[in-house]
Amino acid sequence: MTNRTILVLLDPATEVRSSTLELFTIARSLGRVEAVTLEAPTIDVLAQLGAYGVETVHQAELSAAVVPGAGGGDAEHDARHLTSVVAATLAAAVRRTDADVVLAPATFAAKEAAAVAAYQLGAGLVIDAAGVSEDDQGRIVGTKRVFAGSWDTASVVTTDVAVLTVRANAVVPSPAPSSVSTIVEGLTVEVDPPSVRVVSRTVKERVAGRPSLEEAAVVVAGGRGTDGDFGPVDDLADALGAAVGATRDAVFEGWFDQYVGQTGVTVAPRLYIGAGISGAPHHRGGMQASQVIVAVNSDPEAPIFEICDFAVVGDLADVLPQAAAAIRAHRGE
Amino acid sequence: MRIVVAVKYVPDINGPRGFEDCRVVRDPESGTLNELDENAVEAALRLVESLPDDEREASEVVALTVAPADADIALRKAYQMGVDRGIRVTDDALAGSDYFGTTAALAAAVRRLEAEAPVDLVITGMAALDGLGSVVPALLAAELGRPQLTLAKRLELDAAAGLLRVTRETDDATEVLEAPLPAVLSVSDTANRPRFPNFKLIMAARSKPVEAWSAADLGLDPAAVGTAGARTTTTVAEPRPPRPEVELVVDKGQGGTALAEFLIRNELV
Repeated sequence: MTNRTILVLLDPATEVRSSTLELFTIARSLGRVEAVTLEAPTIDVLAQLGAYGVETVHQAELSAAVVPGAGGGDAEHDARHLTSVVAATLAAAVRRTDADVVLAPATFAAKEAAAVAAYQLGAGLVIDAAGVSEDDQGRIVGTKRVFAGSWDTASVVTTDVAVLTVRANAVVPSPAPSSVSTIVEGLTVEVDPPSVRVVSRTVKERVAGRPSLEEAAVVVAGGRGTDGDFGPVDDLADALGAAVGATRDAVFEGWFDQYVGQTGVTVAPRLYIGAGISGAPHHRGGMQASQVIVAVNSDPEAPIFEICDFAVVGDLADVLPQAAAAIRAHRGE
Repeated sequence: MRIVVAVKYVPDINGPRGFEDCRVVRDPESGTLNELDENAVEAALRLVESLPDDEREASEVVALTVAPADADIALRKAYQMGVDRGIRVTDDALAGSDYFGTTAALAAAVRRLEAEAPVDLVITGMAALDGLGSVVPALLAAELGRPQLTLAKRLELDAAAGLLRVTRETDDATEVLEAPLPAVLSVSDTANRPRFPNFKLIMAARSKPVEAWSAADLGLDPAAVGTAGARTTTTVAEPRPPRPEVELVVDKGQGGTALAEFLIRNELV
């Protein structure tokens, strides 16, 4: 195992998300860790990579056809995050380093890039693994939780190179026993000028002080039962340091912008709290793999009660603020 | 305009789902057209309906699936929505295909359709609700050597210029992308509201033929698809143990405190 090389996709390279720290942690259990980026990592990012044992960062050198106004001057038409470009970069990095494993986060963009890279490399592909390990023959195994968290599967990769995307909250991120000094190396990437034109690209702002829904360890979500008032949901989330999510219905109503569900964000946090959520199959498919599930609903017949560990039948506008206050009191705030 | 919609026959998410011998159980009792593919069929029909009369009449929407014969249930549903033609690629050699095997079969069928007449667009849903991989659209684009416009929530077709423009949401950004046809498109579940089949189409769908093509018809190498060509092997598939009995509290003024105590007791705070 020690001579294995694991490449981790780091895109963007201006911050290291906790899901990426998890990938480094998994990668260290499999072999030597290197990272691939499409832009220059910042000083802070490099320090974090060093702490997590990343020895080398391969930074793609892309032509002006891909990155107009080279140097990052034209973010609006930046084509470097297109699937074809990220895939070509990953494939080039694997060829350059002779890597055995590629790990990427489970975002839609990273999944597509990982898949196309695997296609180009003739590599086996596991999408949305909940764990990565090796079998007794040293082959890479991806475990998954499927069918709304009701079944566990394990898939062995039978090719020389394994490409996996890994769900957030697969492991607890932990730094390397001793940090390393990370080297940045340029990586020549031959990629055809993309046939897709980036008309515009607007990067989403993250809410300061709150973890993102994709990688939070605690999620509080609101549904139709909020009647559009997410105040109590926000209050409990703030008390817990949790991310906030919603149901697809609530997003269609315009009450919130990001929904938990099998076609929205799929979450598997340590703790999920659903408030005013009935638990339709669509929503359950996006959260049922959570470790502990708590529900608050005024309807004692709500289907979500069938899949939770703790439930309160009551009005979320009463229950949530009371819980938030009790948690703050417990913390001595 | 000629559009191929790639659709999948999946177990109903409202029904029992599971594995047998590490393969997904596909029971005709609870098998259905992947709900997200209805958005793809709807997108295809709307694009055709937006064309001038003469072009619309010359257009064709083909629903294509790679599956055993039970999948005619899914093609029948596509017929009910209004597609013109249903094709099923069926071959024992395709059983156990991974993402790449499935892609190879779909692409080979698209190429065979292209041999008849040009195919302007291949459309898929954003994911199949059984595997939820969401990668086949990108792989199809790579295999066919066409631009990919995936996860579109808004479409604008400039038919005269042969350009398709989409708006999409990734985890990090809102993007507007544009590509020339022919292209591969996947649409999100917020792109449109799929139509309900009307009585006339439901009746007509009963007698519509499904063309069945084999791997040999498509020139597929049996060693490159199915279990033989798969680059991953599922070795374990087991149901999760049921959750312990729920601890239920009826709020009589103490519900929030009880919730906090549960979290504290379980070291979740």
